[in-house]
Amino acid sequence: MFRLLALLTLLGTPAVAQEEIVLGLSQDEVAITATFEGSEILVFGAVRREAPLPDGDLGVIVTVAGPDMPTTVYRKERRLGIWVNVDDVRIESAPSFYAVATSGPIKEILRASEDLRYRISTRQAVRQVGTNVLDSRSFARALMRIRESTSLYQTLEQSVDLSRDTLFNTSITMPANLTEGDYVARIFLTRGGDVVDSYETTIPVKKVGLERWLYNLAHENAMLYGLMSLAIAIASGWLASAAFGLLRR
Amino acid sequence: MQIYLPIAEVSVNAFLLLGLGGIVGILSGMFGVGGGFLMTPLLFFIGIPPAVAVATEANQIVASSFSGVLAHLKRKTVDLRMGVVLLIGGLIGAALGVIVFNYLRSLGQVDLLVKLCYVVFLGVIGALMFIESLNAIRKSRKPGAKITRRKHNWIHNLPFKMKFRVSGLYISVIPPLVVGVAVGILAAIMGVGGGFIMVPAMIYLLGMPTKVVVGTSLFQIIFVTAFTTMLHATTNYTVDIVLAVLLLVGGVIGAQIGTRIGVKMKAEQLRILLAIMVLAVCFKLGLDLLIQPAELYSLGAGGH
Repeated sequence: MFRLLALLTLLGTPAVAQEEIVLGLSQDEVAITATFEGSEILVFGAVRREAPLPDGDLGVIVTVAGPDMPTTVYRKERRLGIWVNVDDVRIESAPSFYAVATSGPIKEILRASEDLRYRISTRQAVRQVGTNVLDSRSFARALMRIRESTSLYQTLEQSVDLSRDTLFNTSITMPANLTEGDYVARIFLTRGGDVVDSYETTIPVKKVGLERWLYNLAHENAMLYGLMSLAIAIASGWLASAAFGLLRR
Repeated sequence: MQIYLPIAEVSVNAFLLLGLGGIVGILSGMFGVGGGFLMTPLLFFIGIPPAVAVATEANQIVASSFSGVLAHLKRKTVDLRMGVVLLIGGLIGAALGVIVFNYLRSLGQVDLLVKLCYVVFLGVIGALMFIESLNAIRKSRKPGAKITRRKHNWIHNLPFKMKFRVSGLYISVIPPLVVGVAVGILAAIMGVGGGFIMVPAMIYLLGMPTKVVVGTSLFQIIFVTAFTTMLHATTNYTVDIVLAVLLLVGGVIGAQIGTRIGVKMKAEQLRILLAIMVLAVCFKLGLDLLIQPAELYSLGAGGH
């Protein structure tokens, strides 16, 4: 796993590039098997510096984001005595999974302008363009609330351990109801609220084994898959009937 | 034990699914209903995406109905001729239903319409059956009560008459065909086999004996749901075979037990139990529409 240890600065190095991130991940991919119950990813690393400690407090922020997807949020209202979906807002892109872990309160270690620029907090990660209802912001908030309730969105303030301003580690728990795709892990190093360095890597999440085979068959050979489902249904129906017939004798 | 479902893309407890399958299977065997009207809402409740729940449920109904129908075939309580007539209607209805369903989906209110369909049909059928079977039980308790003969109504004056020996009927093929089409349409829209509509229609509209109704209904359901499964599998890719297997293992065993329980019970008792169950589901679904939900917002996949 240490082959992942690499020095890399993305997103244009800021002027004060005296500090850099050295990173490791406990696993470089997530395999969804038949008994998949979620996964825990350990993110650890160190801050490398060539100059003496600069001023300002050091902060570390780790984000893990699932693939972006457009989502429609519906809102119910009472019409003729029953609750029906009346308004809807299309959220252009919302990550299917999003976790933010920080070493301190996010307001203190990250300036709002920097949050906006790097889209770090959950609020920034959910992007929304089309607006057809006045309070579309509340639709985006509802999306976050619903996803937070199923642990698909997590804000884990002060969960990154930072020791001696050099070594950091945190673990991100991914729930079992993950969608496939390339998950992006980003690590930001902040000094007095400004991002001084960032590092990005992808963690592929994919089905393997039987899960992979069935999924592919269902999509590429739908007719065969359908017939197979029916065959299994008929066979088990017959088997149960035969087994019970034997039991009675 | 948690199992990750490859198509639904969620992780669920395997024993929970086996148990649900078993309970619904027992009911299916007892009443000759596929059990979809119970299972589909239950699957929504445990977090299976609705599209996957509806499609997979169709596949599971094939298994439990097949298991049930074998038990009925042995006892010769299946009117194959009537079943085939109903089936022809059913397949036409299912195809029409899918067209209606897609049209409703383009209007964006399919969820509400499906739920309203459930409430209205479950409510009306449940209430009618409940009252009728209550009256029947009351009558049978009175000693010396005279048995009312089946009256001849307009249904018996239609052309294309056919003999249904197992049911002891000599009626026109038009009413069973119409019943089949109507049930097929509703089945496709509501994502169920349609047994809970079919059974009362056969008893009250066609005048078939209750004992034959269950087996014949199961026989017809097998083919209609198999057709629906193929439609879903090839157009929406929403049949989850792992989910189906877990449900049907419980389901087929339950159906065998249910069929045996059903034989030991009186027809009126069977009907009143089914009526109560139908009304309970209707009540629960109706309540959800009337009471303000805790979360007014909901998420839909993709765009419109």
